[in-house]
Amino acid sequence: MNTKLLKLLNKDSRTSEKDLATMLGCTEEEIRAEILEMEREGVIRGYKAVIDWERLDEAYVSAIIELKVTPKAGYGFEEIAAKIMRYPEVESVYLMSGVYDLNVVVKGRTFHEVARFVAKELSTIESVTSTATHFVLRRYKEMDVELLGDGVDERGSYLL
Amino acid sequence: MNYEQILSPTVQELKPSGIRKFFDIASTMQGVISLGVGEPDFSTPWEIRKAGILALETGKTRYTSNRGLEALRREISRYVERKYGVSYQPETEVLVSVGGSEGIDAAIRALVCPGDEVIIPQPSYVCYEPLVRLTGGVPVILETKAEHDFKVTPEELRKLLTPKTKLLILPYPCNPTGAIMERADLEAVSAVLQGTNVMVLSDEIYSELTFSGSAHVSAASIPGMRERTIVVNGFSKTFSMTGWRLGYACGPEPILAQMTKIHQFAIMCAPTTSQHAAIEALRNGDEAVAAMREEYDMRRRLIVSGFNELGLTCREPKGAFYAFPCIRSTGLSSDEFCEKLLYSEKVAVVPGTAFGQGGEGYIRASYCYSTEHISEALSRIGHFLETIRK
Repeated sequence: MNTKLLKLLNKDSRTSEKDLATMLGCTEEEIRAEILEMEREGVIRGYKAVIDWERLDEAYVSAIIELKVTPKAGYGFEEIAAKIMRYPEVESVYLMSGVYDLNVVVKGRTFHEVARFVAKELSTIESVTSTATHFVLRRYKEMDVELLGDGVDERGSYLL
Repeated sequence: MNYEQILSPTVQELKPSGIRKFFDIASTMQGVISLGVGEPDFSTPWEIRKAGILALETGKTRYTSNRGLEALRREISRYVERKYGVSYQPETEVLVSVGGSEGIDAAIRALVCPGDEVIIPQPSYVCYEPLVRLTGGVPVILETKAEHDFKVTPEELRKLLTPKTKLLILPYPCNPTGAIMERADLEAVSAVLQGTNVMVLSDEIYSELTFSGSAHVSAASIPGMRERTIVVNGFSKTFSMTGWRLGYACGPEPILAQMTKIHQFAIMCAPTTSQHAAIEALRNGDEAVAAMREEYDMRRRLIVSGFNELGLTCREPKGAFYAFPCIRSTGLSSDEFCEKLLYSEKVAVVPGTAFGQGGEGYIRASYCYSTEHISEALSRIGHFLETIRK
C-alpha cells in the first residue's frame, strides 16, 4: 500500500483520509497509521501547495545557481551543502554529476536581490570556486502540475 | 424538394440518440461539470504516439492491404492468444477496422438478412439496434436485470430464441452497466446455443478494463463457442486511442472473408498512421495500460462508494469505466433526474434510458475524470438530493 498511498499524496496531499481509504480499499485508521509512520520515519518530509506566483502581483523571482566547490578532506560535499541549505533564500540544494557540483535554487523578490545574495553570500564561501546564475523566466510546469492554460476538457462527444 | 419522400424510410425511422439535445443544452451552460463522457481522459501513451509520428516522418502514408498491415494482424493474433487464449490466423481470421464500431457494422451486415432476429441485451451501447435495422433485421431486446448483475442469463436467452434467431450480441464488459460475463456465465450461454446455428457477436472493447481480480474471459474461449463467435475489440478504450479510430475483428475464416469484402468496398483500409502506432501499443503497451487501469480502479471505488453513501444504490461495476447507480429512491424518472440535476446543480450525467428502456431508474456516470472532478460532482449531487428530498 505504501507506494500507492505515497503516489496519491504526492498528487494531492489534501485528499481526505476517507477518500484515500476508499480508493485503496482499506480503513481510515490504516491510512492514518500509515501516514503517521511514514512521517515519523522521515519518508514524508512535508506538505506544500503548488503556487503560480505569476498570477499574483507578488514580486517573485528564482534562479538556478551552478556551484563548483572544492570539497574538504574528510567531509566531502556534505559540509558545504549543509551550510548553503540553511539560508532561507535557498529553496533546494542538489549534488550533481557532470561539469559542476552543487545545484542551488534561490528565490527572492527581485533579480537584484537574488544577484546580491549570490555575490555576497554564495560566492564568498571559502570552498566555492565558481558560480553560474540562471534566472527562471517562466514556469510552465511545477512539481508535476501544469501552470499554463486552464485545463479545458476537449472531449466533445457525448454520443456515448 | 420533399426530402422525406426521397430519403430511405429505414434510415429516417432510426431514432437519433436521445441525449444529444440534452447535452447540447449542457454545452451552452457555464460551469457545468460532466460525468457524461465515455472516453478516457488520458492521452495516448507517448511511445504509441511516437510510433505514429515515426510512421508519418518516414512517409508511411499510403493504403495498407484491405485487411490491415500484416505486421499488425500478427501482433493482434499474438495479443489475443496471450491475453485470452484464443488463436486466430493473422492471414485469414483477423480484420483491422475503423474502430470497434466498423467491426460491429461489418459483422452485422455480413450475417443479418431481412427478417432475421438479433438478440440485443439492454441496457447497452446504442449502436446495435440501428445497425440491425439498417440490414432489415429485427432487434429482439433482452432486458438484463440488476438482480442478475445485468448479465445475460440462460433462462432469458432461451425464452427469446426462435427459428429466426440469427445472432446474439454480447456487449461485455458492458457500457453502461459495468457488468461482465464470467466464465460460468458464458458457459451457460454456450450450452443454450449448442445445436443451433445462432451466431454470437461479442463486443469486447472494454476487455482490458476489468477490476476486482476478474480477468476478462473472451466468449470465443469457451469450448464450442469459437466457431460461432465474432469477437470485436479495439484500441480506443484500452490504450486511450479513441481519436485514432482503430479496432479489429477476429472470427472464423468464412465470415471474416465476407466482412473483409464489406470493409474493402466501404472503407478500403483503416488509417495507416494508426495501424503503425497500434503495433507499438500491442508490443509494448502493457505497462501503460496497467497504470491506467490502476488509476481507473481508484476512481471507480471513489465514485461507487460516493453514490452508495448518498443513498443511490450502486452495484459494483466490474468492467468498463462507468458507474450505474439506481435513482428510483428519488421518485424521479431517469430523464427527470438528469434534467433537474443539470439545471439545478450543473452536473451532467446520462439517463439510463439512453441505453434502452431497461435503463429506466438508473443513470450512467463515467469515471473517466480526475478524483477532484469526481468528488466535486458527487458533492453537487449530494446537495441536489438534499433539496429534492425536503
